[in-house]
Amino acid sequence: MTAVKNDSGRLAAVRIGAEPNHVVRWIILGVVGLVFAFPIFAMVEFTFRDGLSGGHTLDHWTGLFDEDAARTYRNLFTAIGNSLLLAVVTVGIVLVVLLPTMILVHLQFPRLRRVLEFICIIPITVPAIVLVVGLAPVYSVVVKVAGGSIWTLAFAYGITVLPYAYRAIQSNLDAVDVVTLSEAGRTLSAGWGRVLWFVLLPNLKRGVLAASFISVAVVLGEFTIASLLNRVNLQTALLQVSQSDPYVAVIFALLALALAFVLLLSIGRLGRTRRTGSES
Amino acid sequence: MTVANAPVLVAGAAETTSPQHPLTEPASSPRRRASRGLVTYLGLTPFALYVLVFLFIPTILAVTTGFFTEDGAFTLTNIAGLLDPLVLNTFAASFWVSAVTAVVGAVVGALVCYALLGTRADGALRSVIDSVASVLAQFGGVMLAFAFIAAIGLQSLLTLWLKNTVGFDIYANGTWLYQPAGLLVVYTYFQVPLMVITFLPALEGLKRQWAEANATLGGTRLTYWTRIAFPVLAPSFFGSLLLLFANAFSSYATAAALVSQGSPIVPLQIRAALVSETVLGRENMAGALALGMVVVMVVVMWGYSVLQSRTSRWQR
Amino acid sequence: MTLTAPTRTMAAEPGSGATVELRDVVKSYGGVQALSGIDLVMQPGEFVALLGPSGCGKTTALRALSGLETIDSGSILIDGVDVASTPTNKRDIGMVFQSYSLFPHMTVMENVEFGLRMRRVAKAERATRAAEALEMVGLGSHGARFAHQLSGGQQQRVALARALVTRPRVLLLDEPLSALDAKVRVQLREEIRRITRDLGITTVFVTHDQEEALAVADRVAVMRAGRIEQIGTPRELYATPANPFVADFVGLTSRVPGEVVGGEVVVHGIHLPLLGEPQPDGPVFALIRPEDVALATADRAGAIGATVVSSSFLGSLRRTDFLLPDGTLIAVQHDVNDQPEVGETAHLLLRMAPVAASTREQ
Repeated sequence: MTAVKNDSGRLAAVRIGAEPNHVVRWIILGVVGLVFAFPIFAMVEFTFRDGLSGGHTLDHWTGLFDEDAARTYRNLFTAIGNSLLLAVVTVGIVLVVLLPTMILVHLQFPRLRRVLEFICIIPITVPAIVLVVGLAPVYSVVVKVAGGSIWTLAFAYGITVLPYAYRAIQSNLDAVDVVTLSEAGRTLSAGWGRVLWFVLLPNLKRGVLAASFISVAVVLGEFTIASLLNRVNLQTALLQVSQSDPYVAVIFALLALALAFVLLLSIGRLGRTRRTGSES
Repeated sequence: MTVANAPVLVAGAAETTSPQHPLTEPASSPRRRASRGLVTYLGLTPFALYVLVFLFIPTILAVTTGFFTEDGAFTLTNIAGLLDPLVLNTFAASFWVSAVTAVVGAVVGALVCYALLGTRADGALRSVIDSVASVLAQFGGVMLAFAFIAAIGLQSLLTLWLKNTVGFDIYANGTWLYQPAGLLVVYTYFQVPLMVITFLPALEGLKRQWAEANATLGGTRLTYWTRIAFPVLAPSFFGSLLLLFANAFSSYATAAALVSQGSPIVPLQIRAALVSETVLGRENMAGALALGMVVVMVVVMWGYSVLQSRTSRWQR
Repeated sequence: MTLTAPTRTMAAEPGSGATVELRDVVKSYGGVQALSGIDLVMQPGEFVALLGPSGCGKTTALRALSGLETIDSGSILIDGVDVASTPTNKRDIGMVFQSYSLFPHMTVMENVEFGLRMRRVAKAERATRAAEALEMVGLGSHGARFAHQLSGGQQQRVALARALVTRPRVLLLDEPLSALDAKVRVQLREEIRRITRDLGITTVFVTHDQEEALAVADRVAVMRAGRIEQIGTPRELYATPANPFVADFVGLTSRVPGEVVGGEVVVHGIHLPLLGEPQPDGPVFALIRPEDVALATADRAGAIGATVVSSSFLGSLRRTDFLLPDGTLIAVQHDVNDQPEVGETAHLLLRMAPVAASTREQ
């Protein structure tokens, strides 16, 4: 049966009940869309408000570029730097610890795959708020060993992003026949190191990028662990700033949201370009 | 929310694994076994150590500290504290918020998925909605709190408009937004997108042939939905519902940013215990509360994986 | 493969099938004409196969008959009544799909009863009739199973029972065997044929496999690009194809360059009668069947020298490909006892059978 979508096919589907008709479809999507767009719109509107007077102004936005801005918002900018550093280190953990392990298990320990999968699901069942109860004593040791700087928090974040990163990389591993590729490489006299670098990693780009982007998005939005371990990151700083200058807080929240949107949109497009490419 | 990607993971665990490649299967000859020997196993140690220190140990600590006093003596008083009316009320409030937002999120999300039936998987509409849903499902905590304060808070657009034009003050009976009732509204904002992400594959798994067979056998649209589509979708729907419940139950950041007074739900109660405000005058209540949460989460996620395996069996 | 004895059938009701007619049916999909004026008349109880390559419109025609597709113009008549505006669920047809059509959450029995349920048949009667239908397809003891517990062949049998239990006037089968293993395919097609004959139901069977179509159908309609090229009995299509497309599609042919001279086809000096419409003189490809070429010795008149390229053992006969002096490959069907070696030279004789010819650029 032809897979080409056409009006007649659509009408036929509606007639037998497999699809909603045009009107119903757009009413549902329209109403839900509007309701969900409203809070974002309200946030944007808020950033332009002129105090309680009811008027609107650009001051809150332009104020960010003032000479004083760097000083007044020093804490916030430090916090942003912290979050970015944490994002980088977390991605590093994913690429250096998780990725090789996943490839190793996929190639050499297929029976351990279920175990690995299970481990990567645990952070869903043991949410951050529970994990943090046990992280406090662990971190008191970490601080003694590696110092009290912010980047050590990334160790905890690596765990938090495990489910997402695992799924992104695994779906890539499943889609590409890694076993056959590595065997082809081996029979062509490449050692394991070269097989990894020249054969496997180029084919895992999509999953690696997806895992990285989603890790960044999660790290930027993380609040629970940072707050309860008394560290400063973007989210804790936003909360704090909101008490003195809510406008700036909302502006940065919007920017963070926009960045997360761009990252997640890119993941979606990465997945799509691969699909159309392989269909040719 | 950390639960956002559970569906695919658990479904993957429930489905049959991809066919084993003969050369990666453990061979029976001892020489083969020895060659995939110590060195390769060594490759697993970084990850193993990492999850040991930062996942297993904290988890074990979290669920067991409740059994000990500050001095290290074994005690059951903290666990007994879970039965205290105060704590039971916070669990009840947590269940209530989670259940209501799960149901509302599930129903609205299912409607959105229904509205997307038949759209091209790689078309513009679907990709936009996919991306928006994945962003909004992650959109929580402080930023979400800001959004809702801006949207329906005391000084928000909507509140002021309602007060000035229709004369209706939504906060006449108290500032509910900053209490558990407010969480009902706010959590729904990430529950619905999570439902869309989780449930859409199930709806797409409805085979066209079933609707066509229904028609050729004399059934109407109504019989298709009542006798075929709903029953087939039921495990997936309820599984997703459980996932949404777990998601709301384990959420902390949004409530932390929004609820300023007291600790009406369990995650906030844990915060109070950690920050050493006295909770029932006991010392390791955080651990006990954590244990309680984990028990609930394990039960819910187990139910979810059971329902997911049923789904994948039918929709092969 | 063992032959299975026919299982108990439902009471034979000859003539209960309907007449089915497609008159000048036209259907387009987004700019492409899927059906360009199809005319087809089927007698009650007849088994017609729609055969053709993918995209020829055979599935579209079937779905138009079922009502799952609408048509742009033309009429579809069942028992003389135009059903083009009747919705699918009111057309009283039975349909078997290529795959995945059993309802996964219902047992086999519930699946089969479904059509009866839609017609509000009482519970007890439903159960008896469904059990009968399952017996008819040889799955009487599988009523409590679920679709995912059955093999592909078993699932299609259940689908067949489900479609037939309501005694529809017309049975439509959309490539029902394509997704099955070869052995199961052959077995099941025989059963489908036997059951529809016993029940006297008018049947339309879509397939791209010409062997299948020729084996089961009373008449076959060969389709290409939205048109019916030829309708006839399998024998007619094979022996007297109306045009080169049909000749090429139905059965195996070798394309050997030759010429039409004075109404005859001349190939390697041999004059053969021309099949079909008279053609003007000129270069052509003669479409020669493997069974119309024989192994011979060099001294025979008209023997053509050739080299063996490959040979396949097909059980009851052998088919060998030869390379002719002019570079064409010709397939020859012969006795299994002759076993040509690759590279060997041999001689071939063409039988005096009419051949179809398609024009060739010089």
